[in-house]
Amino acid sequence: MNQKVVKQFIAIFIFLILLSVPYGIKKYDEVVNAVFQGEMSEVIERYGFYLEDVTEQIGVNFIHQRVTIDEKLHHILPQISSMGASVSVVDFNNDGLQDFYLTNSEFGTSNALYKNLGEGSFIDVAEELGIANLNLPDLGASMGTVWGDYNNDGYEDLFLYRWGRPELFRNDGGNGFTRVTESAGFISHINSNTAIWFDYNNNGYLDLFIGGYYHEDVNLFNLEDTRMMPDSYEYATNGGLNYLYENQGDGTFRDVSEAMGLQDTRKWTLAALAADINDSGFPDLILANDYGVDEIFINEGGEGFLSVGEQAGIGFVPKSGMSVGIGDILNQGRYSIYITNISEAGVLMQGNNLWVPGREPNSTVPRYRNLAGNMGVEIGDWAYGGLFVDLDNSGYIDLYVANGYVSDEPDTDYWYDYSRVVGGNRNVIIDAVNWPAMDGRTFSGYQTNKIWLNDGAGRFRDVSGSVVENIAMDSRSVASADLFGDGSLDLIVANQNQTVTVYKNYGSSDNNWIGFHLIGNKSNKSAIGATLLLHWDDKLSKKDVSGGGSFSSQNQRTVHFGLGDVERVEKLEIRWPSGIVQEINSPDLNMNHTIEEPSDVTTLNRERE
Amino acid sequence: MIEKFNIPKKYIGPFLISAIVVAAHLSFGVLDSWNKFGIALLAAMVTESLFSKLMTGKWRDLSSAYISGNSAGILVRSPMIWPFALCAAISIASKYVFRFKGTHIWNPTNFGIVVMLLIASDSMAVLSIQWGSNMWAMILIWLVGFVVISKVKLFHVCAVYIISFLAFGWIRSLYTGSIYLAEIAPLTGPMYQLFVLFMITDPKTTVSSRNGRMIVAFMIALVEMFFRFGEAVYAPFYALFVVGPVALIIDILWKEHLENKEEKLSGVVSKVSRLD
Repeated sequence: MNQKVVKQFIAIFIFLILLSVPYGIKKYDEVVNAVFQGEMSEVIERYGFYLEDVTEQIGVNFIHQRVTIDEKLHHILPQISSMGASVSVVDFNNDGLQDFYLTNSEFGTSNALYKNLGEGSFIDVAEELGIANLNLPDLGASMGTVWGDYNNDGYEDLFLYRWGRPELFRNDGGNGFTRVTESAGFISHINSNTAIWFDYNNNGYLDLFIGGYYHEDVNLFNLEDTRMMPDSYEYATNGGLNYLYENQGDGTFRDVSEAMGLQDTRKWTLAALAADINDSGFPDLILANDYGVDEIFINEGGEGFLSVGEQAGIGFVPKSGMSVGIGDILNQGRYSIYITNISEAGVLMQGNNLWVPGREPNSTVPRYRNLAGNMGVEIGDWAYGGLFVDLDNSGYIDLYVANGYVSDEPDTDYWYDYSRVVGGNRNVIIDAVNWPAMDGRTFSGYQTNKIWLNDGAGRFRDVSGSVVENIAMDSRSVASADLFGDGSLDLIVANQNQTVTVYKNYGSSDNNWIGFHLIGNKSNKSAIGATLLLHWDDKLSKKDVSGGGSFSSQNQRTVHFGLGDVERVEKLEIRWPSGIVQEINSPDLNMNHTIEEPSDVTTLNRERE
Repeated sequence: MIEKFNIPKKYIGPFLISAIVVAAHLSFGVLDSWNKFGIALLAAMVTESLFSKLMTGKWRDLSSAYISGNSAGILVRSPMIWPFALCAAISIASKYVFRFKGTHIWNPTNFGIVVMLLIASDSMAVLSIQWGSNMWAMILIWLVGFVVISKVKLFHVCAVYIISFLAFGWIRSLYTGSIYLAEIAPLTGPMYQLFVLFMITDPKTTVSSRNGRMIVAFMIALVEMFFRFGEAVYAPFYALFVVGPVALIIDILWKEHLENKEEKLSGVVSKVSRLD
């Protein structure tokens, strides 16, 4: 064999090795994430929990219906009317049981408030309490809700955001709701898919952030102009304005959005979350934006917000931000941020982002690095809600990601047509007329939700095929709550144009847990914004009382910590929004503690050194 | 005396692509990240050096690998880093593995992208969205690109392809019923800018005659139309993947045939002249 032929063989051999790399990686992933098929008890033994669909069993029979929009958009109706299925958890009557509210969207359909009857059964009481029939042509279609005690009377009130008129319902002692929209003073029309309660100035009254998606002048049910689509797939500048309403304490709200620096851009905000990410004592804002970069707004002592997305590292690469969640993934007392995006094999691989903060003490603007790939939580599908939740009570928070866009005719696909238009210039993409008709085609549909189990050592493992019967739903919003009072967090998943799914979590009895229900006094009554720092087993777990987050969802108010097999926690430190710091030593395990804000305990020094 | 500054012809391509990458990324953040881009660049140049040394015993000029690395760095979209390196490496390696009569027959990046779409589509995609929403940025890139392409006397290739694409877009529109603007919309995005300015004009993988190049550009657009009828998102890459090597092989064989004919003719002529 001459030398030339030998060299040719070597070249071909190296080339074949290169070609085999993806196959090797795929096989490795398959081995690592191998599906375990076993009896429920075996699954619980192996993974620490099992999720069972108990929707019908507990008396829940809610089906979401997407809203019908202006006929000029009918050719792409499934993708325009692709949101509106949402879930928010609340104990609306203070009976200690977690209830939940579901939104519908089609005009004439009803929203539902499922009251927890306490023995594993639920009943829809929305109609009798006056918060069912809220999808009407003159008011708009429901997109989601958040609960917060805006008037500090001890009962959680309901804020409903729509593609249409946003509304506030006062909770009258758990016996009914009164519409107080007129006196509240909100904008009369907005196309919103997110809202959160938070006390941005720590004055003891809950304020409200409302995100805008489509431009607020666009009426999707009576369209004047079809040039209402995003003007770019990655750099859109024509979304809806965001709003911040300051609670005046007398039942009215004042629009302070512009003054606080929250209306400088027109991004397409799909999700918002408030958390004190720089330990300043004031809640900051994190926004997930579709068709653009995500944003972080640092709260400047309640006197304004500073946009620092680029500086923080999260606001440079534009993707399709759909949901934002925070969690202390390694129990180090620091929040990572999880933002879901879109991934479709071979067409659009954005990957979800897990922004992990660096270690710069006393930094006004934390710096984040995207470690989603390193930690194994990058590739979802067409993702919406991304929820951190400790499903196995191991003490390490896991991740549930809702996937699936439009499941229509099987074995059809709209991606080719979609890619043509979104690859076009502004004048092409902005006009709905230019978007090819969907004609009943599936668009990233029939996708399975992801459940990633945190191994506590910096990796998440996909166990979705093992711990639950596989579901292929167009999931949107997911919320966690201990619906059955057994110390395991159950899940409620709202699916677009489909039935809602409630999963009962059968957790391992080997693991301990502890829960805290906070009641504010000087702070807002809901205690939204309070930070809980649990010291246990040489770890420091950080969680907030949240006023909404992920995608159009809200978890139970009670803050839940899994503890693994640890039998004692050292102490709990509570940083109330008022600035009061409270410590509780060695609280008992495996129970929920109700804690009222004290009046005269060590006050946190807010001054920066 | 000020002498006129001329960029050597072989560095025009690298210069143009560098200018586009830097301008586009600084303006619109078009790259996934500098790290991923750098990895693609590095992988292309390392692979080129190693294969060149292995096959020829010499280190070779890296300007071609530089363009391939740039193209892979821009075109590959993946949250992971390895597809960038692998695409660039496969692109370059293909030049040394698939050769016909001493010439490589696929545009390296085109080969790399198509193969990656076949073997790693669950880990990567290809840039298919626009950079920025500003139409002027898009027009400027086209203009600068055309000026530079004219310098290397390949504008006719771009022109024929674009005209053919527009014409076939009209036919597709008639056939599918979707509006004409949607059919030709991709032409306004960066994927096509890279495809037209760098791939179909690659001097190493285009045919030798001007008319031949124009026919090939037309054929690519024609074959692309059929891929588009099949709803292939990356139709132009597949079309070039199919048409490019076939055209090049025909061109090489045709040239060989002509040379043989010429040789025979000159042999006959010399025989005749000897007889005289």
